[in-house]
Amino acid sequence: MDKLRELYQSMILDHSQHPHNYKVLAGANLTADGHNPLCGDQITIYIKVENDLIKEISFQGQGCAISKASTSIMTTILKGKTVNEAQAIFIKFQHMIKSGEYDIEEMGKLAVLAGVHKYPVRVKCAILPWHTAVNSLKSTDQSEVFSTE
Amino acid sequence: MPFDVQKVRADFPNLRQQVHGKPLVYLDNAATTHKPQSVINAVSNFYSKYNANVHRALYQQAAEATEAYEAVRDKVAQLINAPDRRSIVFTSGTTESINLLAYAWGRHNLRPGDEILVTEMEHHSNLIPWQLAARDTGATLRYIPIRDDGTLDLENPEQYFTDKTKLVAFTHQSNVFGAINPARQIIELAHAVGAITVVDAAQSVPHMAVDVVELDCDFLAFSGHKMLGPTGVGVLYGKPELLEQMSPFFGGGEMIRTVTMEKSTWAEIPWKFEAGTPKIAQVIGLGAAINYLNQLSYKTIGQYEQELTDYTLASLKDLDGLTIHGNPQQRGPVISFNVDAVHPHDLAQFLDEEGVAIRAGHHCAQPLMQRLGVPATSRVSIYLYNTKAEIDIFIESITNTIRFMTG
Ligand SMILES: Cc1ncc(COP(=O)(O)O)c(C=O)c1O
Repeated sequence: MDKLRELYQSMILDHSQHPHNYKVLAGANLTADGHNPLCGDQITIYIKVENDLIKEISFQGQGCAISKASTSIMTTILKGKTVNEAQAIFIKFQHMIKSGEYDIEEMGKLAVLAGVHKYPVRVKCAILPWHTAVNSLKSTDQSEVFSTE
Repeated sequence: MPFDVQKVRADFPNLRQQVHGKPLVYLDNAATTHKPQSVINAVSNFYSKYNANVHRALYQQAAEATEAYEAVRDKVAQLINAPDRRSIVFTSGTTESINLLAYAWGRHNLRPGDEILVTEMEHHSNLIPWQLAARDTGATLRYIPIRDDGTLDLENPEQYFTDKTKLVAFTHQSNVFGAINPARQIIELAHAVGAITVVDAAQSVPHMAVDVVELDCDFLAFSGHKMLGPTGVGVLYGKPELLEQMSPFFGGGEMIRTVTMEKSTWAEIPWKFEAGTPKIAQVIGLGAAINYLNQLSYKTIGQYEQELTDYTLASLKDLDGLTIHGNPQQRGPVISFNVDAVHPHDLAQFLDEEGVAIRAGHHCAQPLMQRLGVPATSRVSIYLYNTKAEIDIFIESITNTIRFMTG
């Protein structure tokens, strides 16, 4: 249980219980739904992008502590980033979640999720919000559903 | 003979395994069950002592294999009280049994305007085949709704059972709530409007005596792996006259009588539906599983599981912030619940660390999850080898998880 308790340490619990930017975003020009059919997790991410810059980002939905915390932390990280920067962080984050390897300078707060790699079934929970947000930023379609399956 | 659970447990090698250094507490029996040594031996003996294809060759071992394979057909017929062994078709599982019906019966008998009636509590395997059949034939799929207590709402049956209803397919026991549906009543309602009935017995045959004559069902399906048997084998029961009228599902070897370049004629039932080399080892393993159940008797198994289910329900009800879904009077050993403070996945993950295996998710019943208004539930499902001590570990693990997650 200790390894797992370490992963679910205060930061993850705190983000999942009191998520940041948990609201519908008035003035969002991008809305994306993420769905993990295996778990029934469902999140909606709202983004306001202007000239390739993420001005604001928020989310709502249901999910486990890992997916909620991951989404919450993601929104705090992505605000103020360009679409390309967001994508670059996503690639490094994905690598960390799958391998457990990361550069603390690059990952910052996101590093609290590194332990997820020990639980392969949960990798999808951590990645779902990133997948959803980054894919919708890349696509021209303004409303899409992303699925982990 | 009194039921001795420790003696039973000794027959199951996988129950002696450890998970994360803790003894396995396996409470996901609705997904699949463990196998007693006798089943493992039956499969292994077939491969090491009389491995051969069936129905084809003249040599000694082929005759032995055929005899063993066909003997299980009689055993299955006896188990569900089917008067005619030709009613028993071996498939790969419940899913294949139902798909066989949706193709070999559905595609040939359903027309635009016809209605297929299912319930809101179906497993996807008794839903998707009918959705597809409806799509391909122009028939309409309708649902018998459920009440909040997890039972079917059969208050005004004439709303659902009409002269348009051609087929009624329903689960005998819910894999989410454990509710046992009033199969006799549903089948009578269906027959009164001239509809064919399909019983998904995947969750009932493992736990209770199912009698196809008493039910008067037209078809019934179940899986070997949920009743101590191997994976890859299941049963389709059908009334012989209906099986005879039906076209084959798969074509190939075994299922033919004569074949020319132009056309073929079909083997007698049930072989008409068993194309290709069958699941010989698995069927033989299923025979050993049935022997095991018979030797304990459904009566003993049922009483023991009921006691353990009541104990689990009472223990869960003592926990704060825990909601049990449904409260059916007639129930099998399956309980779904949600904990306010803990998502089912987080709960299942923490329980796994304690060696406790439960299921978290939608349990292949997404329409039911929508009806309940939850994205996922936790599910505990009990079988004859579980113990009160295991339930205590399960409850203690939930308590510890709630405490940790709520700080
Ligand atoms: C009620 C019910 N029907 C059908 C099935 C499908 O069984 P199988 O996957 O063995 O084909 C299951 C098993 O999950 C079930 O619980």
